[in-house]
Amino acid sequence: MTHIPGIAFQILQSMFVVLAAPLLVGWVNQCRAWLQNRSAPSILLPYYTLAKLFHKDAVIARNASPLFHLTPYVLFGCMWLAAGIVPVLATDLPFAPAADIIALVGVFALARVFSALAAMDIGTSFGGMGARREMLIGFLAEPAMLMTLFTAAFISGSTQLTTIVETLAHREFAIYPSLAFAAVAFLMVLLAENARIPIDNPTTHLELTMIHEATILEYSARHLALIEWAMAIKLFAYMTIGIALFLPWGIAEAGNWAALPLAFAALAVKLVLAGAGLALIETVLAKLRLFLAPEFLSTAFLLAVLGMLTHFLLLT
Amino acid sequence: MAFEELGINAAPLPGAMPAFHARIDASELHAMCEKARSQKARLVTLWGSDETTRGGGYALHLALAFPSGLLWLSVPLDRGHPHYPGIANIYPSADRMQRAAYDLVGIHAQENPDHRKWLRHGAWPGGVFPLRKDFDIANCFPPAEDHYPFIKVEGEGVHEIPVGPVHAGTIEPGHFRFTVVGEKILRLEERFGYKHKGIEKRFETMTLEEGARLAGRISGDSTVAYAWAYAMAVEGATGGTEPPRRALALRGILLELERVANHLGDIGYLGNDVALSFGFFQFWRLKEDLLRLNSQLFGHRYLMDMIVPGGVARDLSKREADLLLDRLEKVRGEVATLKSIYDEHAGAQDRFIMTGQVLPELAEKMGLTGFAGRASGIRHDLRVDYSIPPYQQLKVQLASHTRGDVAARVSVRFDELAESIRLIQALVQQLPSGDIRVPLVDAVSGRCGVGWVEGWRGEILIALEAGENHRIHRCHAHDPSWQNWPALQHAVIGNIVPDFPLINKSFNLSYSGHDL
Repeated sequence: MTHIPGIAFQILQSMFVVLAAPLLVGWVNQCRAWLQNRSAPSILLPYYTLAKLFHKDAVIARNASPLFHLTPYVLFGCMWLAAGIVPVLATDLPFAPAADIIALVGVFALARVFSALAAMDIGTSFGGMGARREMLIGFLAEPAMLMTLFTAAFISGSTQLTTIVETLAHREFAIYPSLAFAAVAFLMVLLAENARIPIDNPTTHLELTMIHEATILEYSARHLALIEWAMAIKLFAYMTIGIALFLPWGIAEAGNWAALPLAFAALAVKLVLAGAGLALIETVLAKLRLFLAPEFLSTAFLLAVLGMLTHFLLLT
Repeated sequence: MAFEELGINAAPLPGAMPAFHARIDASELHAMCEKARSQKARLVTLWGSDETTRGGGYALHLALAFPSGLLWLSVPLDRGHPHYPGIANIYPSADRMQRAAYDLVGIHAQENPDHRKWLRHGAWPGGVFPLRKDFDIANCFPPAEDHYPFIKVEGEGVHEIPVGPVHAGTIEPGHFRFTVVGEKILRLEERFGYKHKGIEKRFETMTLEEGARLAGRISGDSTVAYAWAYAMAVEGATGGTEPPRRALALRGILLELERVANHLGDIGYLGNDVALSFGFFQFWRLKEDLLRLNSQLFGHRYLMDMIVPGGVARDLSKREADLLLDRLEKVRGEVATLKSIYDEHAGAQDRFIMTGQVLPELAEKMGLTGFAGRASGIRHDLRVDYSIPPYQQLKVQLASHTRGDVAARVSVRFDELAESIRLIQALVQQLPSGDIRVPLVDAVSGRCGVGWVEGWRGEILIALEAGENHRIHRCHAHDPSWQNWPALQHAVIGNIVPDFPLINKSFNLSYSGHDL
């Protein structure tokens, strides 16, 4: 039952996410700077950085395999695909039935596998170290993420993100304690998956402490730009998943042009607040010692499971 | 005059610090060092010199720190066969110094298990010794391959991570070879010498006055300490030129300002290394304000060339002194607030506590010095140990800790920061009137002078021997990093790889001052 307005909505949303993602990163950076008593860089700085990187010549190691060349495109593609599945502005997009939440987690996992393989491709010790740490975070974060999403899925009885969001957005006012647990777990996963403090430090130059950055140390120019952009889309996608699951009010249905301005405004307000919140978390927390990261993520997993248990407890 | 601790004859050296000079035979060296060690004397530095232009051979020099002062031991070595028994088994920190002395002067430490080169990379071939007098400074060698056998560790799951000499941040070059299992560090081996610039050779082309500017450039973050040590050495070598009291007080102010600036910057960096950027930016704002104040008051942000042999180059007016007092009071208040934020930040403290531990016993053995030593129970501070102007009336409080981890070093730095601010305020308030500089007396060839100063990182030593026509015969500069770099190798064992930058920064050792 694909129809023209639906496709238009799909294209609109996909383009919007790709173009707006760096703005969110710029906003988070700006908030961080303010919270640290600094004068902030322009909110457009991530765009300038991308433009700069696209204009540079790429330096590629002589022993790089095709996988190394391919990975930035795979990463960008995966994140763009994820952004197409997530109901950012509207539910019931024509693309959405193609993948449910399990597939969505799979898309993120695919990107991670490529990222780790490419990191090891050149054979530098930092790359191997980064890949190892990235997989450590990944194998703990993904189950926690799935559990979180399942908690929400139980409420609507479907693993389709669209159905979940529609159920939650149009329900009668009700308090779901299970969702509160899931929301905290989701926030923890979001921080870990997006290489933010307290798990990783996106601004560090210290190779030995890096997790995500260590996997992309060998990339430069357009490749690096694509990866940075993909990371921005990933952050945007995660934030919009969080918003869609836990604060879905105001979202439009595909094809409903009239609801679009409201959906857009609601999303903007939520993202501004979420970005500021992320910056706040990153300012008040220090980075955890690497071996506390598993504990952090197991806590997230535990909370998600608790959320699910709560759901069933309250059903009976 | 007898140097009682060792029962030998030693001549007192003129100068601000209590120092003595003695000559001993190479055959006595081992027994002498063992005796010194048993009396808890510290090895400050070890170096070589070429005495062939004076009708001798070569010489090995040691500087040992005793409670009564510094003992400079010279050991004449045979011209054709410059060998001496190594003392690394008594003083482990001597190992690298002995290897450097071989690379530069060609004097060989026997019975030293490690015969690898240390400062020499590919810049000059083996068998050529740049600090020998017959080495032409204009010599140029084609770059050669630099082969350095690192010690291998083998076992299941053991692998190496080479880091540097080029790093991602704007820091100095040094190579770190980690042997790890997973994330756990089994062994770290350092390799330095990338910043060898031939400073000691360059000194020998200069007059005693000219050397001051070069001494101030040995390690930029310790420029005041080096300049003071050099000035003290020249004042000693010229038969005890006495700088005016006002100049000495100003030197104290400059040295403490340098200490405050460096501690502020490093405490900020430690915040950054645990991703507490808030702390980083606040401390760096304070540091930057202080550097600007330095620039306003003294004409240089890092106070370079302010201390000159015979006094200081610039006076502090009453109005400027008031400004300094006013600003420091503000820094003191802000640091106190920030300290409570650091102390109460669970995340930061979790990273600091029990990370990179050097226990007092190991610190004692390795000869750990400076604030890092004080954080590991080595209670030594030249400002406290010897009552020399301008510190003798100020009752300097020694900051100390015994846990020897990153948190202990942070704590000692905070204490020293507060103490330094107090010292500056006291010095400014009691600033004596009078001249700030006296002319130097002419130096007699062959006369020695010692400059020994507690820089922010630790004790800095300049050992100077005057040559003909007011020139430098030999000038050896010692940075505390020589003692503390090897201790870092021990501090990281059993820690995890991502904690290394934090541990490293908590010491913040000098590459330039070490490589010379």
